[in-house]
Amino acid sequence: MKKTGKIVPLLLNMLFRKPNTMKYPYEKATVQKNFRGKLKYDAEKCIGCGICSRVCPAGAIEIEKIGDKKFKAIVYLDRCIYCGQCAESCPKKALENTEEFELASLSKDELKVEI
Amino acid sequence: MGKFVIPVGPQHPALEEPESFSLMLEGERVAAANVTLGYNHRGIEKACESRTYIQDIYLLERICGICSHAHSTCYVQTVEDVAGLEVPKRALYIRSLIGELERVHSHLLWLGIAGHEIGFESLFMYSWKDREVVMDILELLTGNRVNYGMNTVGGVRRDITPEQAQDVLKALVILEEKTKYYIQLANEEVTLIDRLQGVGRLSKEDVLKYGATGPVMRAAGVSRDIRKDDPYAAYGELDFEVITDTHADVLGRTVVRVKELMESYKMIRQILKQMPDGPITVRAPKKIPAGEAVSRYEAPRGEDIHYLRSDGTDKPDRVKVRAPTLANLAAISNMLEGGYLADVPIVIAAIDPCFSCTDRAIKVVNASGGESMFDWEGLRRYSIDWYRKQGIDMKGTKLSRGED
Repeated sequence: MKKTGKIVPLLLNMLFRKPNTMKYPYEKATVQKNFRGKLKYDAEKCIGCGICSRVCPAGAIEIEKIGDKKFKAIVYLDRCIYCGQCAESCPKKALENTEEFELASLSKDELKVEI
Repeated sequence: MGKFVIPVGPQHPALEEPESFSLMLEGERVAAANVTLGYNHRGIEKACESRTYIQDIYLLERICGICSHAHSTCYVQTVEDVAGLEVPKRALYIRSLIGELERVHSHLLWLGIAGHEIGFESLFMYSWKDREVVMDILELLTGNRVNYGMNTVGGVRRDITPEQAQDVLKALVILEEKTKYYIQLANEEVTLIDRLQGVGRLSKEDVLKYGATGPVMRAAGVSRDIRKDDPYAAYGELDFEVITDTHADVLGRTVVRVKELMESYKMIRQILKQMPDGPITVRAPKKIPAGEAVSRYEAPRGEDIHYLRSDGTDKPDRVKVRAPTLANLAAISNMLEGGYLADVPIVIAAIDPCFSCTDRAIKVVNASGGESMFDWEGLRRYSIDWYRKQGIDMKGTKLSRGED
């Protein structure tokens, strides 16, 4: 039947439910499993081939040699687009995405991190 | 009666391709509407030429945040075509699955925006609440709410586990129930029908003449859908119908979109049932042989076209993208002309452009040289108030006559 107020029963129903929104950041937000968040680097596994920095679409990761067969990874969190291609291309699986996503910062310098 | 010219934009990119509208008013009616393009050129196509094929996937995915899977799939299809890769069946099914989930979230998003533009805020709130269900599913399957990063040259990057498939089916039950309610709402709620019927008309002849695409075309009764006419991914093996409508106005576009949601649920069920086992990717060469290819994809907004020319190196020689909104834009002046100024927001919103950019200033210039400013919110407010004066009120009438 065509009439106005089709949505009113739903609205009245919703009056007695708790809000659907979440009070973030006072409540902790969760992400699904397999979320592509901040990168994690395992220096033990890294062989310093640099494939990760070559495949990165955003130029966000650099591998530096710090000693004999020792490397460190520098990630620019502001450039990273969290596609996970570096972790996928890594032949030794030294990189992986974690579920960490709260990475905002007021200073650009803090976004260049060693992982 | 004085004639007014209202420039909308150019810093009012209602679409992923930014644009400037210039509306010539005669009283309340739009006498002529002009569209100018090219104000927010991002140079993505050129940028593709200096990146490798794999890097371009992520770049092209970011043309649009809503139909990101559409662009990346369309692009990898051209690369696979040139390289002569045979993509595993399972990968094709997963591509279709993500594509349909993306359509569900895009159409629910549009329904909310349409509700917002006509002042039906409850519809906006509830459809966006329901959209979170499908956003969570996309995050579960792909690792992100938008820019899924699911495609790679030669297949997909993530497999679907049986547990994930169960979660999708559970979410479908909720979504299906809600969508049935929206279909009922679009067919029975009088205020919604009064506000949308006969607005932004584009006849079947004009659709064909201007080359409109997607729900705008199907709402005028033209039964065309790339998924049916030129099947890609797994669509050739799926049983679904192309939804059309005869209203040829904003109401028709609404009906087509909500009914397409039901078809998408049907397809997702079939995909999960029929998905074959096997590998999800084939090894792709780093250097793609010289050649060229065109690929078409039915994005939520209409037909998306990608063109690729390769020269045998690891970087493309040329990439060309035609997003569906560009096709619909040609018809927008035809839709606006003859309508009321108060209908402008919903008519523009009804082609489902991307409101991705921030500046929405609208300047009202009258013939005597005076100027006044309308921002997008102001124009929306004006439109709601104008209709309230005509007796179509999304708030008052509903509560006073609601429970009779």
